Amino acid sequence: MRRLVFFAVGLLAWLAAGAAGHAAPAAPAPAALGRVLVDLAGEDPARREAAVTLLGETRDPKWLVFLAALREGSVYARTRGGTLELVVAGTKATRGDQEVVDIRSAYERAPLGIVPLAGLREVPADRRLRLVIKPFLDADETRAQLADPDPAVRRGAAVKLGNQADAGAAAVVEAALAKEPDRWARRALTEALAQIRLAHGAPEARAAAARTLGAVHSMNGLPALQRLAGDAAATPAEREAATLAVRQIERWTLLATAVETVFQGASLASILLLMALGLAIVFGLMGVINMAHGELMALGAYATFVVQNWFRAQWPERFDAYFLVALPVAFVVAAAVGLVLERGVIRFLYGRPLETLLLTWGASLIIQQGLRLWFGAANVDVSSPTWLSGGVPVMAGVTFPWNRVFIIALATVSVAVTYWLLFRTSAGLRIRAVTQNRAMSSCLGVRAGVVDAATFAFGAGLAGLAGAALTQIGNVGPSLGQNYIVDSFMVVVTGGVGKLAGTILAAAGLGGLTKGVEPALGAVFGKVAILVGVILFLQRRPAGLFATRGRHADA
Amino acid sequence: MPTRERIGVAVAAVLLAVVLPLLNLLPAGSPLAVSNFTLNLFGKFLAYAILALGLDLLWGYAGVLSLGHGVFFGLGAYAMGMHLMLEIGAKGVYQSALPDFMVWNRVTELPLFWRPFHSGAFTLLAIVLVPALFGLAFGHLAFRSRIRGVYFAIITQALALSAWLVFNRNEMNLGGTNGLADFKTIFGFPLHQASTQRGLYVATALALVAAYLLCRWITLTRAGKVLVAIRDSETRVLFSGYSPAAYKLFVFVVSAALAGVAGALYAPQVGIVTPAKIGVLPSIEMVVWVAAGGRGTLYGAVLGAVGVNWIQSWLTTSYPDLWLLFLGALFMGAVLFFPDGVLSALGRLGARLLRLVPGQKRARLDAPLRSRAEPHGVASLPGHPRPDPSSRLR
Repeated sequence: MRRLVFFAVGLLAWLAAGAAGHAAPAAPAPAALGRVLVDLAGEDPARREAAVTLLGETRDPKWLVFLAALREGSVYARTRGGTLELVVAGTKATRGDQEVVDIRSAYERAPLGIVPLAGLREVPADRRLRLVIKPFLDADETRAQLADPDPAVRRGAAVKLGNQADAGAAAVVEAALAKEPDRWARRALTEALAQIRLAHGAPEARAAAARTLGAVHSMNGLPALQRLAGDAAATPAEREAATLAVRQIERWTLLATAVETVFQGASLASILLLMALGLAIVFGLMGVINMAHGELMALGAYATFVVQNWFRAQWPERFDAYFLVALPVAFVVAAAVGLVLERGVIRFLYGRPLETLLLTWGASLIIQQGLRLWFGAANVDVSSPTWLSGGVPVMAGVTFPWNRVFIIALATVSVAVTYWLLFRTSAGLRIRAVTQNRAMSSCLGVRAGVVDAATFAFGAGLAGLAGAALTQIGNVGPSLGQNYIVDSFMVVVTGGVGKLAGTILAAAGLGGLTKGVEPALGAVFGKVAILVGVILFLQRRPAGLFATRGRHADA
Repeated sequence: MPTRERIGVAVAAVLLAVVLPLLNLLPAGSPLAVSNFTLNLFGKFLAYAILALGLDLLWGYAGVLSLGHGVFFGLGAYAMGMHLMLEIGAKGVYQSALPDFMVWNRVTELPLFWRPFHSGAFTLLAIVLVPALFGLAFGHLAFRSRIRGVYFAIITQALALSAWLVFNRNEMNLGGTNGLADFKTIFGFPLHQASTQRGLYVATALALVAAYLLCRWITLTRAGKVLVAIRDSETRVLFSGYSPAAYKLFVFVVSAALAGVAGALYAPQVGIVTPAKIGVLPSIEMVVWVAAGGRGTLYGAVLGAVGVNWIQSWLTTSYPDLWLLFLGALFMGAVLFFPDGVLSALGRLGARLLRLVPGQKRARLDAPLRSRAEPHGVASLPGHPRPDPSSRLR
């Protein structure tokens, strides 16, 4: 139904545009353009280009279809009764020993019957000619996109038209604007219209357009406005309006950058949090730094890859749903491997943190190399489901990508679930008891070994979840874990042991700081600065933000 | 030093520093001849062994695990490399007095920090002092605020990562990813000549012997005893009136300096210095040399460094896919099955097979450590007997 409405809207827009005189002379009879077609079939490149331009500028859909055919090389010329005629070839076939082809007239597409190919001469379209044809077809496509059912596509088309600032497009944009229901698409159309008017209007219209651009905080219009503000040939009113608009936009840009930085900081913080959460729980409970955490994330990422491939092969029509299936699968795969690791080797080494650190590093090398041997050393391709591509515009010039929004949401949910698990369930009570005092809990009947195994598996599962989420924003390769692992250790160390709040705060702080210093220092020196910051911070709080106090703090 | 060890060190010194180079002098056809390639390879291993000694002193004796020793190794290697680069002079590809990579990067003037490296004496000093001072600053910050155990390991790993990132940058004027290469001469001797390489090898072997004696001397002094005490219970050492931070800082600086010397000897023998030796993985690999050879023994570190690297050079050429699997297994095995090193484990196994020794009865101060972390809550209660550490393992 919605599609139908949009279609109707598009049609109306098209008709309106036609009425406004854009859609070409009403009936350009083939005869009137006869000379043009003769030029086109001729040899002179300059005259052929001029002919194409002439045809393209009619903006007549039928001629555009003809140009598309010309570009594909299916336009032929033949001489009938002394006059040259251009025809568009359809399907080819072999009849007897000669090739025949189904032809139609150039403009009306009237069938002209099936004729032998030998009687036709191809009208070639070389690279230069194709380059001349392209903008006409593109422009047409962009205009058609203004009627697309997807607001994001309409928005994109509007931005494109605005940047082209083609005087002929003004009417179309205006018509589309009148019908546009979506707020952000309307803004883009307004911006595009103002950009076009700024480029081609009368002085008063230009001043008005400059004011409009300023009001909608158009970053796309900024270069043109700056030119106008410094243009000696413009009227004082224009220059004043442009200067004002430039100042308005620049102020807005500052705000937009700030919002964007905060969002990026939040996004990085939630990635760090997703990674560090499992690590911190395990570290708090058992004093085990799990160096294989990064490889558990890689396992989660590869599990997502496998699920994706399975969906693509077995269930292509439900492809978008694969990611929802992949999340629990990634969790389970990583948790299972974590369980094997804990029961198999780590449990023999409790109370010896440095040894477990080396042990898990060894395990990480083996998992990493195993992934490399199994899936190959090259990165694998995990495509985003459609509902995670694109973004949501929040203000002029700022769009939050859906995948980042999703990761923030996933981190929030993970933290909430972990909190619930630790503080609202009896299993959580046991985990907290063992974290605080292992020996005493054992005396009171808590089976510390079971708690350890379950907690380690849960931490590993969280790593798998983080890995699945990372497939949406980065490359998936065997060394995926290595790229993030040191950062998540820094979060755990800064946050301190045994308190989730510390981990959350540290993730937020490090994520925000990193994005905050990156513009000034660059990624590398930003990272170094963060490390120095962490070391200095540990001077004041050697055991992190939330240290465990008391007798057992020293163990 | 026990007599047995004295004899062992003397024999090893003669073997490494005299016999091997002499065998290298033999004509290539003779059965005992050591090729230039093998000698060069061994020179590299012995340089690694110097670093492993320092690491063992730090980890095996003082119980401080550093995952960032690649940085100190790199500092020494770069200090030497910078001098070698300047020795090239105008004989480089671009015929400029500046190192070639600076010409590519359009650096017109030698950066200030490069200039002192024209002097050989300064370079020799810098090889020891730069890593030592950097270790002093870093260690001071870390130990003063009582960052220890896993925290210290993580911080040093982050140090390795950041150093790797920084050395990869072209802005540092240290050659970026490509590092320093194309050395021509060292203190005037052409590097491509076998005799120069032999000389470098002998220097490395002698440095190794000297480093061994230095480390052994440290462990035999009173300070060495304090280090072991810190490893076993830092809190008790603190309460006995010692300052664990000062001792740990001392041993950290010594091991950083040894790593720097190792790097400086490594650079001219390999002919290239790149950030690849600095990062997280190479740094933690250095730890496994010590773990595989046996911690807290010093000779284990030397054997581990040579042995693991020997296997690496064989595996990476013959079965490149297997190397990381082997390394991972070595890590896990070194922790689980042979905490006192591969050789002692084999020895114990052999002894058990021969039914000569019914159980393990050895208990020496510098014997391989089993465990020193105490279970939460119990250990620091005064008057409580410490649970037998080995009961937790088996």
